[in-house]
Amino acid sequence: MAAPELHRFTLPNGLRVVLAPDRTAPVVGVSVHYDVGFRSEPEGRTGFAHLFEHLMFQGSESLEKLAHFRHVQSSGGTFNGSTHPDYTDYFETLPSAALERALFLEADRMRAPRITQENLNNQIDVVKEEIRLRVLNTPYGGFPWIWLPPVLYSTFPNAHNGYGDFTELEQANLDDCAQFFDTYYAPGNAVLTVAGDFALEQATELVNKHFGDVPTRPTPVRPSFAEPWPQGEQRAVHEDPHAPLPALAVGYRLPDPGTDLDGYLANVVLSAVLSDGDASRLQQRMVHREPLVTDISVSAGLFGPLDARDPDTFTVTAMHSPEVSEDRLLGVLDDELEKLAATGPQEDELARVAARWAAAMHRDHDRITSRTLSFGASELLHGRAELASELPERIRAVTTDQVAAAAKALRPDSRAVLVVPAAGGNQ
Amino acid sequence: MTTTSYRTAEQIGHTEQGPRPLPALGVQTAASQPSLVDTVLPNGLRVIAVRKESVPMVELRLRIPFAGMDRLHAARAEVLANVLLTGTERRDRAQFDTDLAAVGGDLSSVVDPERLSIGGSALASGMDVLLDVLADALTGAVYRDEEVARESERLVERITMARSQPSVIAREALQKHRYGDHPFTKEMPEAAEIGEVTPEQVRALHKAAVLPRGALLVLVGDIDPDGAVAAVGGALAGWQSDASAVSLPKLPDLTPGDVRLVHRAGAVQSQIRLSAQALPRTDPGYAALQVANLVFGGYFSSRLVENIREDKGYTYGAHSYFEFTKDNATVLVEADTASGVTPAAFWETRYELGRLVLSPPSESEVDNARQYAIGSLLTSTSSQAGLCATLVALGAVGLSYEWLRDQPMRIADVTAEQVAEAAEKHFAPSRFTGIVVGDADVLAPQFRAIGGVVLP
Repeated sequence: MAAPELHRFTLPNGLRVVLAPDRTAPVVGVSVHYDVGFRSEPEGRTGFAHLFEHLMFQGSESLEKLAHFRHVQSSGGTFNGSTHPDYTDYFETLPSAALERALFLEADRMRAPRITQENLNNQIDVVKEEIRLRVLNTPYGGFPWIWLPPVLYSTFPNAHNGYGDFTELEQANLDDCAQFFDTYYAPGNAVLTVAGDFALEQATELVNKHFGDVPTRPTPVRPSFAEPWPQGEQRAVHEDPHAPLPALAVGYRLPDPGTDLDGYLANVVLSAVLSDGDASRLQQRMVHREPLVTDISVSAGLFGPLDARDPDTFTVTAMHSPEVSEDRLLGVLDDELEKLAATGPQEDELARVAARWAAAMHRDHDRITSRTLSFGASELLHGRAELASELPERIRAVTTDQVAAAAKALRPDSRAVLVVPAAGGNQ
Repeated sequence: MTTTSYRTAEQIGHTEQGPRPLPALGVQTAASQPSLVDTVLPNGLRVIAVRKESVPMVELRLRIPFAGMDRLHAARAEVLANVLLTGTERRDRAQFDTDLAAVGGDLSSVVDPERLSIGGSALASGMDVLLDVLADALTGAVYRDEEVARESERLVERITMARSQPSVIAREALQKHRYGDHPFTKEMPEAAEIGEVTPEQVRALHKAAVLPRGALLVLVGDIDPDGAVAAVGGALAGWQSDASAVSLPKLPDLTPGDVRLVHRAGAVQSQIRLSAQALPRTDPGYAALQVANLVFGGYFSSRLVENIREDKGYTYGAHSYFEFTKDNATVLVEADTASGVTPAAFWETRYELGRLVLSPPSESEVDNARQYAIGSLLTSTSSQAGLCATLVALGAVGLSYEWLRDQPMRIADVTAEQVAEAAEKHFAPSRFTGIVVGDADVLAPQFRAIGGVVLP
């Protein structure tokens, strides 16, 4: 597939719109990305951005509670939303006949969500069940995304738990909700993306019809979350009552993708050279040759590549047998990074990474939901929806020297190390 | 937060214009029918190849029936699946990965009590490499001693990790409760059994059971179906046997019964898992039952989710879905709930089962579920990977593309009367059995009081 042709415009109220027509299948994807994530939630209200995401499904001026779900699903569609460090997204995937309906639903909650005490109480309970399911009642729950940031970062926005403490969730009130909505959910703080089977002119008209009269509201000044890189190696232990095996997470700072995209992408390539596939360096050595770990994975970006603005985290995570100490694992990691820093990866390693990235993008963009979200997030975070399609070429252009430089910057004296011991001693 | 310069929640929820009407649906275009070949090769392998050109990729799924009655079958099969793609005379582990990566490819294998599944994808231009790697493993896997030893070690650790997951604990308890020691229940071997597996046993199992006759290969992508079938025939020409791959013995129909409470000390959340006999997709009553299931708990806008999540906040997600084996189907109902509300959530779930019979789905509930069933089938098969997964699931129970093509029409024809009938026949609480995993010290008193639950 050639990169889809992208069209963009901005409504007078400030809403940015990206249209990505592709008529190969009679389905459409609609998403709204708001420029607020859990890094922006106030101190004393951890978990609030995610809780608020739940509330946006609870009805709006034209829609009773439950109506949003029913209208999407009875149109043959599916829906969801998710909260990330720097943005919150809402989306529907539907047969193309339901395009106008999806735009109506998104516009109605952008204009006038109906937030009541009853629904707030209900969704606090639901979110607590979500946290029990994903964190409290499961081995390695929240590992590493909740437990590593407080070791690597020292400011509240970057360090705190985005799922939230139960006591703080329980304190959330209607005024918090109103202020959060009025501050961050202005049309000028959002990107609307429509992808799939539609005619450009008709979609433009429908977007204007439904979003055109969402009132203009002030757009917040985006805060900087910058903080210095850590001095020295920061270590911490996280006790997980369910973990059957010890686990290790190592976090490093990434270059700012906003000012040094090439440097950031060199880290993306580095992560793949280290752990993507059986022929990658850490898989070969640490899982099979020596062997030291059961599984290991490396990722540029705590939530994936380019899913957040600066600061973001390069992570290495491993599950290992109790006989292997974390210092032994760190020693091997440092050794492999030093080798890459000295000579860089081989050309054939780079070629493998490039081919897999191209294939992965095609597969990702073949699913209408992923394609819609990837354009929307790229437009919101990086100002260019096109970046989502250009990444394979940018990855292919990364050189051996750039990867060597990226490896050199992952220094033992500026990183976080999180140790998760096996529960109840070694099993 | 201070509130001074902001509107109130009440003000935010209203505009001058007031509520607006929901726009009508437009006219739906049908998906184009892909060109497709569905054939059986001389070696007995069924191949379905579909042209879907949305991206320059090809998706591959191979399913080989892989049942076994031996005490160590599950352990040997698990080791086999983990070592299959790590060594032949021509390739070692790294070479497999290197060759696949060169064409943007991936290939992996997993095994369950019914089948060995090999799945992957590659750039369409690299389909020949993907097939060559697959053929190499199917006809030439050597199971080197050191790979078997290392993968066995990792398996023991992974089994330990899996069995610490509440969802796995609940699944194993449910399988045992539903089917006793039928081989279908052995989804994961014991760690000790892995230690008994030798490389010779794994090589013998490959020879005896990794067979083309009775297996199914599906390719979907930017490919010419006839050319793809010819390429498969060429690549897999050396994969031959007169024997047929072994299917699981038929499952007995589920016996309804009391729900068993399984103790998990200190658990802050419980797993509710209920199950009853259902209908396979080939049954003429399946479409009506599918709609009944959606109304009950099969999608978000269902009675169960609207009750125990959106009204009462007992759970993050409640689900009701079908599990299909070759000649059999069951319905499973599940929810994870905090210990303090588990008996109440259990009670509401049984109440909704009873209500589906006594107060059957209305015309509008049926209409919404029908639209969802038709629309979600369209969106889920609009990608190469989605279509490939759907075709392999259908193919494994003997169905073909025609079933997928015609199912929307069958769903559209379902009436509210048929849904009510299906609900009465299949969703009555008296047809169910199941388990709850949770902290019995907290749960037992209330369960004892409401009855129908066997306490530990």
